[in-house]
Amino acid sequence: MIAPKNRGPMSYDTVKAEAGLTAALAKTPAEVVATLTESGLKGRGGAGFPTGLKWKFAAESQGQDKYVICNADEGEPGTFKDRFLLTDYAGLVMDGMTAGGWAIGAKHGIIYLRGEYTYMCAHLEALLQARRDKQLLGKNVGGHQGFDFDIEIRMGSGAYVCGEETALIESLEGQRGEPRNRPPFPVDTGFMDKPSIVNNVETFAYVACILVKGADWFKKTGTAKSTGLKIFSVSGDCERPGVYEFPMGITVADLLSAVGGSDAKAVQIGGASGYCAPAAEFNRTIAYEDIATGGSIIVFGQNRDMLKVAKNFLEFFVEESCGQCTPCRDGNPKLLEGVELLEKGRCSTKYLSELCSLGETMQLASKCGLGQTSANAFLSIVKHFGPDVMARTPHCAGHRKS
Amino acid sequence: MLVNDLERQNSDIVAWLDKYGRDRSALLPVLQEIQKKYSCVSNQAMQVVADHLGIHPVEVYSVVSFYAFLDDKPKGKNVIRLCRTISCDMQGKAHIARQLENDLGIGFGETSPDGQFTLEWANCIGMCDQGPALMVNDRVYTSVTPSMVDEILEPCRKSCGVYALASKEEGQA
Repeated sequence: MIAPKNRGPMSYDTVKAEAGLTAALAKTPAEVVATLTESGLKGRGGAGFPTGLKWKFAAESQGQDKYVICNADEGEPGTFKDRFLLTDYAGLVMDGMTAGGWAIGAKHGIIYLRGEYTYMCAHLEALLQARRDKQLLGKNVGGHQGFDFDIEIRMGSGAYVCGEETALIESLEGQRGEPRNRPPFPVDTGFMDKPSIVNNVETFAYVACILVKGADWFKKTGTAKSTGLKIFSVSGDCERPGVYEFPMGITVADLLSAVGGSDAKAVQIGGASGYCAPAAEFNRTIAYEDIATGGSIIVFGQNRDMLKVAKNFLEFFVEESCGQCTPCRDGNPKLLEGVELLEKGRCSTKYLSELCSLGETMQLASKCGLGQTSANAFLSIVKHFGPDVMARTPHCAGHRKS
Repeated sequence: MLVNDLERQNSDIVAWLDKYGRDRSALLPVLQEIQKKYSCVSNQAMQVVADHLGIHPVEVYSVVSFYAFLDDKPKGKNVIRLCRTISCDMQGKAHIARQLENDLGIGFGETSPDGQFTLEWANCIGMCDQGPALMVNDRVYTSVTPSMVDEILEPCRKSCGVYALASKEEGQA
């Protein structure tokens, strides 16, 4: 296990493992869902779907077999919080999952762990076994007659797109990780066509905290539309990269000063699929209603060449596109070619504007979140960092300030 | 491959299918086991899995070809994956890449002639705050410097993999 370089104080430290499960079982399933709805917790993977609502839909879905799936396919560039949570607070995550089983009436839990985290498997299996020994998993969980719930770990095999919930389900079913059309949503037709909730690792951990500390505790921080706290993975050109918990609605400037990156040229918020904010926008907030993120913060210092950043992200997407839909499969290589032209300083203004309009088409026409967001970084970098992007000559590449 | 090896692989596959279940959702765990033990999922292995699951072998191939960690061509015993994503890139992955190429004598995407090493790029492996990072099979190394590369490779060269030395040390402790 590798600890993060730096870590801030976490509200998880104030909640004991297993307390979340005890609190959940003290409530009726409907009360668990109501508490989450009341808290305003939204999906911490980045998409921001209200967790209470998702669980309500799944609870109302007819059917005997239901599934609680923990999305631990953390692949977004710059994100490592889930690895940290599964190392230090796996008990809370498992509490949250078991609470999910109680709330929606599921018997099966699955942690879909990315293949790159295979080394965590033994640690997690040991924790699961310890919970089985304490009757916190298995038959009659926590002494509740008739509530059977167990969790298994399934490994990914090196595919970023499997972090998309329907691709993850396809992968669990033994298929290529190609996203499905939605609707139907997993809450109706999920794993093995059964109702399933797919939540991020961090979401489950906050579920446990909210059940212990109450919805009001969570609601009192954050903004009206983005309640509560969020875990951030901070890397790049700052003094203290690491894992931090901040309230939702924090400004980019406040976050940067907390990690020692105030003199940054730009910040990539939300990883490769996110938004690249220039210094002029550091007063904006990180929240679902402003700049949404799954928690990846990459800080770029004054000397960074932003076109190289765009190129790195596009190379990533060219590789990770599942190839199923045309805008994403063909659009990303086209944008990458464009970046290579820009790199040589051989791209007309007209062609650059065509590339931007291609990017906008990808945002609209791609089938899943990967394709819809893969042009974001390119578009925001072209928009904000003209001097890095246009009319480059060989000697200036990488050394110009915007 | 000798007939004996084929038979051994077949019986392994049957054992894994018994362990994970004989339906389609068991496909990925079974393929992962095959990849781990045999360094690839061969055509023969795909055929055997397909027969047992009652699906067309091309279905199995389509899955093998989709996932970066599954391969139909043999990989080295030690698969070295260097993270190339932005945070590791900014922390100097290019230097590590150069040193890996120098010390292994192979380029990225290649396997050494003795079958000991495969060198590959990886997309973000979640060690962004302490790059450059690389993986040797399942083991992660962080804040790697060019002078550390040889230290990382040496235990792999010595015997049968990166775990051999560590388990020996644990045994002594």
